[in-house]
Amino acid sequence: MKRFDYIRPASIDEALAAWNPGAAWLGGGTNLVDLMKTGAVQPDTVIDVTRLPGLDRIEWGADGSLRIGAMVRNADLADDPEVARRLPMVAEALLAGASGQLRNAATVGGNLMQHTRCNYFETPQAACNRRDPGTGCDARDGENANLAVLGWSEACIATNPSDFCVPLAALDAVVEVQGPEGKREIAIADFHSLPGDTPERRTALEPGELILAVRLPAAAADFAGHARYLKVRERTSYAFALVSAAAALRMEGDRIAEARLALGAVAAKPWRVAEAEALLAGQAPDPHLFARAAGAALTGAAPSGDNSWKIDLARRTAARALAMAATGAPARMPALPASPFGEPAGDHVHA
Amino acid sequence: MPDTLVQPVRFGSNSGQPVTRRDGIAKVTGAATFAADNQPAGLLHAVYLPATIARGRVTHLDVAAAEAHPGVVQIITPADRPPLDGDPSAKPTPFSFRIDVLQDDTVRYAGQPIALVLGETLEAATEGARLLAPRYAAETARTALDDETPFAFEPAGFGLPAGAEHGDVAGGHAAATQAVDVTYETAAQYHNAMETHAVVAAWEGDHLTLDMPSQALAMSCGAYAYFFGIPAENVTLRSPYLGGGFGSKAFTTGPQVLAILAARMTGRPVKLSLTRQQMFGPVGHRGATRQRLRLGADVAAALTVIDHESIAATSSFDDFVEPAANASQGLYSAQALRAAHRAVRLDVGTPGPMRAPGEASGSAALECAMDELAQEAGIDPLEFRLRNYAETEPGTGKPYSSKALRQCYDQAAERFGWAGRPLAPRQMRDEAGLLVGWGMGTALFPAPMFAAEARATLRPDGSALVETSAADMGQGAWTALAQIAADSLGLPLDRVEFRAGHSDLPDAGVAGGSGHTATAGTALHAAGGDVIRQLGEIAAADEASPLHGAGNAGFVARDGRLCVAGDEERSEAFADILARAGGAALIGNGSGSRAPEDAERWAMNAHGAVFAEVKVDPDLCQMRVTRLVGAFAAGRIINPKLAESQLMGGMIWGTSFALHEEARHDRHTGRIVNADFAGYHIAVNADVQGLEVITVHEDDPHVNALGIKGVGEIGVTGTVGAIANAIWHATGTRVRRFPIRVRDLLEAGSPVG
Amino acid sequence: MASSIALTLNGVARQVALDDLRVTLLDLLRERLALPGTKKGCDRGQCGACTVLVDGRRVNACLTLAVTLDGVEVTTIEGLSDGETLHPVQAAFIENDAFQCGYCTPGQIMSAVGLIAEGRAGDDAERIREGMSGNLCRCAAYHGITLAVQDATRRMAGAEAEDAA
Ligand SMILES: Cc1cc2nc3c(=O)[nH]c(=O)nc-3n(C[C@H](O)[C@H](O)[C@H](O)COP(=O)(O)OP(=O)(O)OC[C@H]3O[C@@H](n4cnc5c(N)ncnc54)[C@H](O)[C@@H]3O)c2cc1C
Ligand code: SF4
Ligand code: FES
Ligand code: FES
Repeated sequence: MKRFDYIRPASIDEALAAWNPGAAWLGGGTNLVDLMKTGAVQPDTVIDVTRLPGLDRIEWGADGSLRIGAMVRNADLADDPEVARRLPMVAEALLAGASGQLRNAATVGGNLMQHTRCNYFETPQAACNRRDPGTGCDARDGENANLAVLGWSEACIATNPSDFCVPLAALDAVVEVQGPEGKREIAIADFHSLPGDTPERRTALEPGELILAVRLPAAAADFAGHARYLKVRERTSYAFALVSAAAALRMEGDRIAEARLALGAVAAKPWRVAEAEALLAGQAPDPHLFARAAGAALTGAAPSGDNSWKIDLARRTAARALAMAATGAPARMPALPASPFGEPAGDHVHA
Repeated sequence: MPDTLVQPVRFGSNSGQPVTRRDGIAKVTGAATFAADNQPAGLLHAVYLPATIARGRVTHLDVAAAEAHPGVVQIITPADRPPLDGDPSAKPTPFSFRIDVLQDDTVRYAGQPIALVLGETLEAATEGARLLAPRYAAETARTALDDETPFAFEPAGFGLPAGAEHGDVAGGHAAATQAVDVTYETAAQYHNAMETHAVVAAWEGDHLTLDMPSQALAMSCGAYAYFFGIPAENVTLRSPYLGGGFGSKAFTTGPQVLAILAARMTGRPVKLSLTRQQMFGPVGHRGATRQRLRLGADVAAALTVIDHESIAATSSFDDFVEPAANASQGLYSAQALRAAHRAVRLDVGTPGPMRAPGEASGSAALECAMDELAQEAGIDPLEFRLRNYAETEPGTGKPYSSKALRQCYDQAAERFGWAGRPLAPRQMRDEAGLLVGWGMGTALFPAPMFAAEARATLRPDGSALVETSAADMGQGAWTALAQIAADSLGLPLDRVEFRAGHSDLPDAGVAGGSGHTATAGTALHAAGGDVIRQLGEIAAADEASPLHGAGNAGFVARDGRLCVAGDEERSEAFADILARAGGAALIGNGSGSRAPEDAERWAMNAHGAVFAEVKVDPDLCQMRVTRLVGAFAAGRIINPKLAESQLMGGMIWGTSFALHEEARHDRHTGRIVNADFAGYHIAVNADVQGLEVITVHEDDPHVNALGIKGVGEIGVTGTVGAIANAIWHATGTRVRRFPIRVRDLLEAGSPVG
Repeated sequence: MASSIALTLNGVARQVALDDLRVTLLDLLRERLALPGTKKGCDRGQCGACTVLVDGRRVNACLTLAVTLDGVEVTTIEGLSDGETLHPVQAAFIENDAFQCGYCTPGQIMSAVGLIAEGRAGDDAERIREGMSGNLCRCAAYHGITLAVQDATRRMAGAEAEDAA
């Protein structure tokens, strides 16, 4: 690990003043410290923002909106009873990510900003446009079976690995940031960037900007009864998604009044498709409808390598997540959150 | 000495008891000291730089940048590496492989050490290694089985002869009315013991002290003595605890030799601990295989032929070839049998034995092919295996020393509830709509013995000290071997002090091949017997002893007393006998190995049957093993609790083999792109449920005096096939590669819903 | 850049000078404070062997920079038992043969203590499996681990009920 200076500012202003072009904000460190070890990220200054006052709160507005401080730990957010009740798929997505230990450390801000898990990015000896612009992309002709099928470019085919961001995208979250130029808000849809020719610009955050909070509008809770996160994995737990989906329905009687659908691990950002959601609005839930919506969600999907299978899987995952949402959010968090095996199965086998 | 006959102690009071691990408290309090936990004064930290290409040359290292980093003490590259006394390409001991110790600038596999950095701190050494920023002249790496032409190679397995042909193979093919011709692939797997390979090396003159996890202490000392030009007795190796071995800690590795060299060079103790990433390269692995199985059966579903060909990967510079096809030699009776091996040289580290070498990969393919043929023949897979039950070892024609496989099938099938399983696939669902499938496989692992020595000292107070350099890598040697020793001495366990894990102790041989308890146990048993024999001689000759003159009847040792066989009322405490004899301790020695004539005469294997239930999401194709029931017959079980844990561990390895483990190489550089625990999956806790183990008792008078076979590896075999067969049964999709991934079921077009 | 942190380590207040800011909590414990009971299995948050409690919460010591820990309380495996008396989780691990080589064990035990404190799993086996999945065990002692956590959870709940009574 390269040597660095460490600063623990006492206030947001101090933090912003401490920023320099070689600096990195330090949240729980579960991603940053890891990448500092591999050498993929080499900050000169590490600015520890975990103790900034006021950023560790979960606050419900009078209108029912939610403001989550950037330093709230993933575990604390998932375990907040109101969050679990009003925004079940947010809690489910958080609990489906990483491990109990990591969730205790990981912050909301850090989760939003976590880097891709593309191995070539993590490995400084490999060519990677995202890490070192202009060097090329070794994944393009390398091991890319788990990389992007949507929104990728010749320059980069990486995916965003966050589970948490997928329901955030579905629920129209807003990211509050503050930088040298002051405060601003970024809609989650604009927060993560598709690679284009500049994969190194992974988010809309400008240099020196710090995430202060994530807000969810009051309307997000309208989906509470019918919201699920589903994550397909190669092992039952402690694994990144092959593909994931957040699906939420606002039901009026037995019709879908409004639908939300976002896919994870298929692109450099959580993938949300308005057309798919529009297809669902006003309809009665049914498997064929969900299949059509899932198909629409994958419009434009194309393999970036040895991964056309992910397109099929994403379609199936989206359709299933919608079906699960239609069934309703479970009264209690499933033992295996977001897992196909999380449903109460019973041991009875019908031959 | 006919008048001091000692009755063999076959069923003492300790053996057979589920004694709790004797090292338990040390392990749950953090007091158990693993190699890298040692911290001698003046320690230097060593970190090596691993190659990120698999084939080519290192053309540049930025030594100046690394040297300039504060805390970096020294950098060793091929250009300035001090000489070794031994040739790194030599094989100084029976089980050794050529090592990479910076002998030149060529790169033969990714992960090969290309420089060593010494630092005052771990942080400095780590950063020094990074700053070396190597440049390479790289060539396209060969890392896939198709990248090179196979050549014939007959590897030696544990116990079974090299690949061979028996009976009329062509005739067997011709006679078949049902046949399958299928090819299975198994991926390269890495041992990945939780404790990475590590060493703390310290020199004092020409005496070398090593804290290092080792499955073979004496052998390792010999190897280090060779490389450093000192007598073997100048090497002290301490290995009280190993954080797992699975075969990979039985060998001398390049990084460890480099650390020892650095210690000699600097005159300071040196610690080197591999990173997780570095475990993928210079410390062995299970080579990838491609196995073609052609099986034929007649109308009665009797096998006419088992024709098993395996191609396995090895390195470009050494030979270890998975004896995978040998798995077909021990199991099913067939008119004709062929097991043949070929190898492919790739730019990978040299493979080595990894838990159930040969058998694990071979069994995976064989058990699936058997299932395919049963399906073809339209009969139940268990019934099919019973019809082809071998009464003598198919590959050799030898009788089995014991074989309770039928009981294993019966008991496991019963416990699992196998009866009533629909023959056709895709017939069962659970309440949540998940596909449910049931599969089974037969488990087999040879019961080899190596050579071991042990010493028992009966102290004047009647307690004992038993010593052997045995390694406990988790299998429970500290406990099971002490139980055997206590029985051989007729003492309760708490009167026996057991010392192991140190090279000064009598050589316990290799902890591997599932033969350690049998081998070291036999040595301990003999050493205890030797003490009791001596004690009997003293007592029988001692007029003051109640045992005087009873030598003809023979003695048994019980609870610290020597008793007359058949008249146990007539006895005397050990301490009393010794006190009158002058109060000196008695020392007995023993050795353990198998008589060649027994090995010649009998086929000796442990057997088992594994039944698996899997659930598969019909749309998403995610899989989960929901039940695993295994019954195993492995001779006498010394400690059922520990044996059960071993067998369960092996079965979970089977789960990982079937569903998770696979090293993936970048096709250009040959670098393993998932060389960490996030990318290289092994089963986690949530992957394990419904696990049950049954041990079926076997009285085996031939394997060794104690009747022990071994349980360390057999759990892996059988299980892999059982899971794959269950996945087929759940889905109707036959995946012929391991691990079985979500995409494999998807791409096979598993229908939706 | 040198720095110094004050922390309570296994109940004892300590001032620790850090001559190197790169030192992780794991390497601080193992290489500098003579507390090698906490193990390194991957150094990258991928195995759980390094699990310790920071302010009572389980975290991966390998991804925690020591310099960030000023003012916190750290509990490691060495500080878990009460003198000779094992913590109920430690005792349950022995009784249920929840380990083989013992290398992942300190991390498993600290993780279990953390999980029980989180109260997320109760004695539900499936929830325990999920909750303990951040701790790899290559010996694959998972069956025993789940039983041990179940046992300890019940025992601790029982003890609490007794205390309350
Ligand atoms: C083994 C392993 C498995 C994992 N599995 C999953 C998984 O299954 N699903 C999943 O979603 N995630 C997973 N993760 C990732 C984990 O969720 C992230 O590492 C974590 O959320 C990052 O949060 P942090 O606070 O630790 O961020 P840090 O590591 O501190 O920071 C990450 C990035 O965010 C920046 N940053 C931090 N805070 C702010 C801020 N306030 N404003 C602006 N920038 C900021 C940092 O500079 C850095 O670039 C896994 C991680 C590991 C190590
Ligand atoms: S896919 Fe993106 S992150 Fe991966 S190597 Fe290519 S440029 Fe880098
Ligand atoms: S050593 Fe920290 S998680 Fe593996
Ligand atoms: S007990 Fe060996 S790794 Fe868990």
